[in-house]
Amino acid sequence: MKYLTEYRDAQLVQGVIQEIQRTVTRPWVLMELCGGQTHAIVRHGIDQLLPREIELVHGPGCPVCVTPLELIDKALALAARPDVIFTSYGDMLRVPGSDGDLFARRAAGGDVRVVYSPLDAVKIAQQNPAKQVVFFAIGFETTAPANAMSVAHAKALGVKNFSILVSHVCVPPAIHAILAAPSNRVQGLVAAGHVNAVMGYWEYPALAEKYRVPIVVTGFEPLDIAQGILTTVQMLEQGRIGVANAYPRAVTRQGNQPAQAMIQQVFMPVDRKWRGIGVIPQSGWGLRPEFAEYDAETRFDVGAIKTNESPLCIAGEILQGLKKPHHCPAFAKQCTPEHPLGATMVSNEGACAAYYKYGRHMLLENAP
Amino acid sequence: MSESVTMQGLACPLPLAHTEKIVLGHGSGGKLSHDLIKTYFLPAFDNPALRAGNDAGIVALDASRLAISADSHVVAPLFFPGGDIGKLAVCGTVNDLAMMGATPLYLTAGFILEEGLDMALLARVAESMRDAAREAQVQIVAGDTKVVQRGKADGLYISTAGVGVLRDGVNIHGANAQPGDAVILSGTLGDHGIAVLSARGDLGFDADVVSDIAPLNELVAALLETGAALHVLRDPTRGGVATTLNEIAQQSNVGIVLREDALPIRPAVAAACEMLGFDPLYIANEGKLLAVVASQDAERVLRVLRAHKYGADAALIGIVQAEPRGRVLLKTSIGSARVVDVLMGELLPRIC
Repeated sequence: MKYLTEYRDAQLVQGVIQEIQRTVTRPWVLMELCGGQTHAIVRHGIDQLLPREIELVHGPGCPVCVTPLELIDKALALAARPDVIFTSYGDMLRVPGSDGDLFARRAAGGDVRVVYSPLDAVKIAQQNPAKQVVFFAIGFETTAPANAMSVAHAKALGVKNFSILVSHVCVPPAIHAILAAPSNRVQGLVAAGHVNAVMGYWEYPALAEKYRVPIVVTGFEPLDIAQGILTTVQMLEQGRIGVANAYPRAVTRQGNQPAQAMIQQVFMPVDRKWRGIGVIPQSGWGLRPEFAEYDAETRFDVGAIKTNESPLCIAGEILQGLKKPHHCPAFAKQCTPEHPLGATMVSNEGACAAYYKYGRHMLLENAP
Repeated sequence: MSESVTMQGLACPLPLAHTEKIVLGHGSGGKLSHDLIKTYFLPAFDNPALRAGNDAGIVALDASRLAISADSHVVAPLFFPGGDIGKLAVCGTVNDLAMMGATPLYLTAGFILEEGLDMALLARVAESMRDAAREAQVQIVAGDTKVVQRGKADGLYISTAGVGVLRDGVNIHGANAQPGDAVILSGTLGDHGIAVLSARGDLGFDADVVSDIAPLNELVAALLETGAALHVLRDPTRGGVATTLNEIAQQSNVGIVLREDALPIRPAVAAACEMLGFDPLYIANEGKLLAVVASQDAERVLRVLRAHKYGADAALIGIVQAEPRGRVLLKTSIGSARVVDVLMGELLPRIC
């Protein structure tokens, strides 16, 4: 895995950072969309190395963070049912609902299992015909092809005791919501390379044109991120709008077409509520009518869900890039990874979790 | 039977009841229990104290200070590349004593067996413990066996206690780290944790990684021989190097600064961690030690470690500072810094 060292090479990264320093002449506000990029930036301290003129605001690219509380509460209710085996990716286990999390449901006797692929959940369904297996299908476009495939696969095999609880959201509507907001300060977008690896970036030129911004497809290693930021800054300094690809080893304009076809076969665009932001029309995916039987939301009646959001949590403002985690009065006090008030403090892609995990609040206090 | 049967006191050598699996009767204290001990544990752990067959083992100790440690082992699966629960039980206990600078001498081993466990598996565990005890030059002088119903134990659990002696003048303590001290790690990070995950099938792929379980008492004895000022020794087991260094930083009320590019790690472990979103600093090690030593002794300590088979990849990974008190920082390879906190909850792999 040599790419690990090559794309983290200190000299190469520092070289790109120096080029950014030479290029920048005035303040710019950039947003990195993807929570995974936020974590990479904070973990490697890339924002510490950038010139002061560049401000990075963190975007809503954390699918766990934007999943509505009602849906998390529904997941918790399903996990508590004795006839259900509830499956999900690992970091959902710690996300708090209105009352506890999946870990707590498991400790109380619920059958909650971590899977690494939704196809494993289908296998569990085949192995447990007397139970209902539900998979928590969360994600942006990156995880959608595999989740779609699990449903198509189950249907093809005639596996009836499998269903998915869908929380899929899409990037372009999020870009619309961010850039169209009256409070928006973002001037350039660092786009989520792994989403683009699936979807390509053919959807972006229209966005760049409409909002008069540069959008640069960017990867996740320190060198990739530095390069993505450099390209964005170069475009800003030159007054160029449009789309550039700074992650060509993984992303093409058209993207992964079989993956897109898989998504289109099983999913269709629907309105989705983004936690902390509100309903964004046609911003997510739901199951097509011919796969509706695999929708856990309609298969199970979990009764009325009464949600209980923490009044202290400002995750919505953080997801829109209006505030940073350490601006929150509850950050690192009432709200910690052990007692999270919102999803941004728990998810591996949440900005608050990134700041807390890498001690950014401590570094900001005792500036090195 | 045509040959005469020799009766030795109350031990009547009738043939063992023909079971290949552990049954509840093996824990009842009666014939089956005795036969189990005679067949599997006595031959493997063979020593006078144990052979006496009393309620407690009697040993003679010549020391004014003793180190005593306790541990429980619940690892699953029971066998994995590079080790097993038995080897882990012996080495883990030996290492806890060794980290105090004590010479480990005697262990106890309590077994909780699950009804239905294969006897052959138990035999392998006992043999593995025998081999580990031999290498570490310790004796298992007392033990216990209980059997629980099917489903109440993951095959088997082992609980141990260990006793070692401390020479006069040995003072190794988590509160002894001083600003200026060197922080040394005796070898590569994360091998054990990744090997176990791989054996469990949890990774979704096979990692070419072998657990590093090893008894470190000989290594520690070599370090003590050098006369180097060893301030702290600790083995970074569950929670990894990050958690262990945080403990030391807090106990000593100092700061510790690590260098990311100085951390020794096998490419296969690094790759497995990258794929799953794990940080190797948090993954368990079972054959490594962290040594916080006076800076002038760092070179000497490294030399002695690297000359030993269990310290070949030893590296200087950081230094102790006065500030920030109780915290561990990491200097990244690209020149930035971040805080390394203790492990929160369980290590969970990421979504995308």
